[in-house]
Amino acid sequence: MFDALILMLDSTVRLSTPLLLTALAGLYAERSGVFDIGLEGKLLIAAFAAAATASVTGSAWLGALAGMGASILFALLHGLACITYRGNQIVSGVAINFLAAGLTALLGTAWFHQGGRTPPLMGGERFQTLQLPFAESLADVPVIGGIYSELLSGHYLLVYVAFAAAPFSWWVLYRTRFGLRLRAVGENPAAVDTAGISVVRMRYLALVCAGVLCGLAGAYLAVAQSAGFIKDMSAGKGFIALAALIFSKWRPIQVMFACLLFGFLDAAAIRLQGQELPLIGAAPVQLIQALPYILTVVLLAGFIGKAVPPKAGGTPYVKER
Amino acid sequence: MNAQLPRWVDLGLIPLLNLIAAFVVAGLVVLAIGEDPIEAVEHILYGALGFGEGIGFTLFYATNFIFTGLCVAVAFHASLFNIGGEGQAYIGGLGVGLVCLALDHYLPWWIIAPLAAIGGALFGAGWAMIPAYFQAKRGSHIVITTIMFNFLAASLMVYLLVNVLKVPGAMAPESRTFEEAGRLPKLDGFLALFGQDIGGAPANMSFFLALAACVFVWALIWRTRLGYEIRTFGANPTAAVYAGISPVKITLVAMALSGGLAGLMAMNPVMGDQNRMFLDIAGGAGFVGIAVALMGRAHPVGVVLASILFGILYQGGAELAFEMPAITRDMVVVIQGLVVLFAGALEFMFRPAVARLFAALPARKTGEA
Repeated sequence: MFDALILMLDSTVRLSTPLLLTALAGLYAERSGVFDIGLEGKLLIAAFAAAATASVTGSAWLGALAGMGASILFALLHGLACITYRGNQIVSGVAINFLAAGLTALLGTAWFHQGGRTPPLMGGERFQTLQLPFAESLADVPVIGGIYSELLSGHYLLVYVAFAAAPFSWWVLYRTRFGLRLRAVGENPAAVDTAGISVVRMRYLALVCAGVLCGLAGAYLAVAQSAGFIKDMSAGKGFIALAALIFSKWRPIQVMFACLLFGFLDAAAIRLQGQELPLIGAAPVQLIQALPYILTVVLLAGFIGKAVPPKAGGTPYVKER
Repeated sequence: MNAQLPRWVDLGLIPLLNLIAAFVVAGLVVLAIGEDPIEAVEHILYGALGFGEGIGFTLFYATNFIFTGLCVAVAFHASLFNIGGEGQAYIGGLGVGLVCLALDHYLPWWIIAPLAAIGGALFGAGWAMIPAYFQAKRGSHIVITTIMFNFLAASLMVYLLVNVLKVPGAMAPESRTFEEAGRLPKLDGFLALFGQDIGGAPANMSFFLALAACVFVWALIWRTRLGYEIRTFGANPTAAVYAGISPVKITLVAMALSGGLAGLMAMNPVMGDQNRMFLDIAGGAGFVGIAVALMGRAHPVGVVLASILFGILYQGGAELAFEMPAITRDMVVVIQGLVVLFAGALEFMFRPAVARLFAALPARKTGEA
């Protein structure tokens, strides 16, 4: 029972990592007043760029860099459309999702001739898991040993990065000048502008932060968790991350817990597939998978607390009329 | 930025420039893959329009896109962004399918068809009205809720198909195939009038339903009091409230109409083509509707033209993938993204330049007058 629980939590951590990185990406963008429903697309293009580069160059690190590069490029495109040209942020996000879905499948097939996959990554082309010190020798200690060597040790570096990124983002957003300004352009851009700070520059910077984090999430998907890119491998994770972001009411630490919750639901759905539960009968896997969306809708509808988005979100900033 | 431009420039020239930009970039993508874009266009056009069966498929896809394009367009007029067309069409498929399953032993197709259409529209409308209610009454953002409802629709339909509707003993998550009376007549006779043989193409009567829906939407939006209220609310919600228009009512009604149109789309694949309920009934058409509505400037005529263009791309894209294996059908999704980007998000990109150009021109024109 205890072992099963540890295994379940272990896969929760693995599954929430890409959600967490992506949701934090959305946090930077949306806190600066740029709605970002293109998270899914950025995640997908990053996964593809990371796997393709890792496969060609033989280096997982270069892959991760390329993933970040591709994702930043898409973030800048989003910025060009809805910051510089003041287009609709939602429409721009939709465009980015389409472009990523189309380009990854198209270029993947054209370059690697494997039906949209990249070649399987081997050896140094893929990230290896890290063993924390003494994980081996502590494995037999009751309770603590299991938690330490199974749950905490033996993850990819990006898992630790993701879980460090949440408190780090809290620090950046609430304890630095950059964070204060970023939150301010999301609430009252005119005031920030009056203070002599460029709204456009702040929002672009926020989008670059989002690009970096989505890039890491994509690299995790394709170069760490899986050994290569598979067509449509983001499979709605960008939207679940968006849901987690809303569910946590746009706050960094809460984002981490929301992602852990949604990751846990995913792990539970996988584990319960085709199993009989006492009282309920066949496990309602579809219901468990749909829970993140249901919870978010219920929250948005104001039935549990109230999710208030950044005030200036969704509106392009016009300096003067 | 806000310079007045002649109507034909705003409605004709700038959308055309946006579209050209989208296709130029698409051409560059083809070049990057190492193929000839001109030749690719030739393959697409031949595959979509060069022979009867191709035309039949083009019309079949266009039918889907007209419905979903209208769905997004109607919501646009109330300045609501309905990204949920995909889910609404999927649930609409449930409505269409249930009517057919219930009645196909007892009634002829021409009685079942209108009932199935009503079933599809009601289910689609119902699915759209939940996010609409949340937006109107509880203040949640319709974009986010409709996205969530797409996923919920997919989960619900997978559950129903696997656990409830599946034929006992069968492997495939599909309902039983409808009897003859649950099938819409194909367009083979109609296209034969033009000397085309559609072969195995699934184009069917729902094409005419789509055209009727266009007339309906045009009349509703521009010729009725409700349409006026929808447009007023869309243009300026605050002013609309002062004019005595209820935001709650307009949000609910506009989304119900929008979802209903998406639900009607299911007539085409469910009753017109597969004659059963199956996984992923909407097949992405709900998302194509976004590109179609943006490109068609939310006007029924524009929606029909854009739908035919996307029908050509979908069918021609299949032919292209056959002729040039390096260019898979995913190219269509890329083009879709580029159209949404240039006709939607970057729609103002060319406007300042065009405005400057026209600001320079009238000097001569006024001289003549």
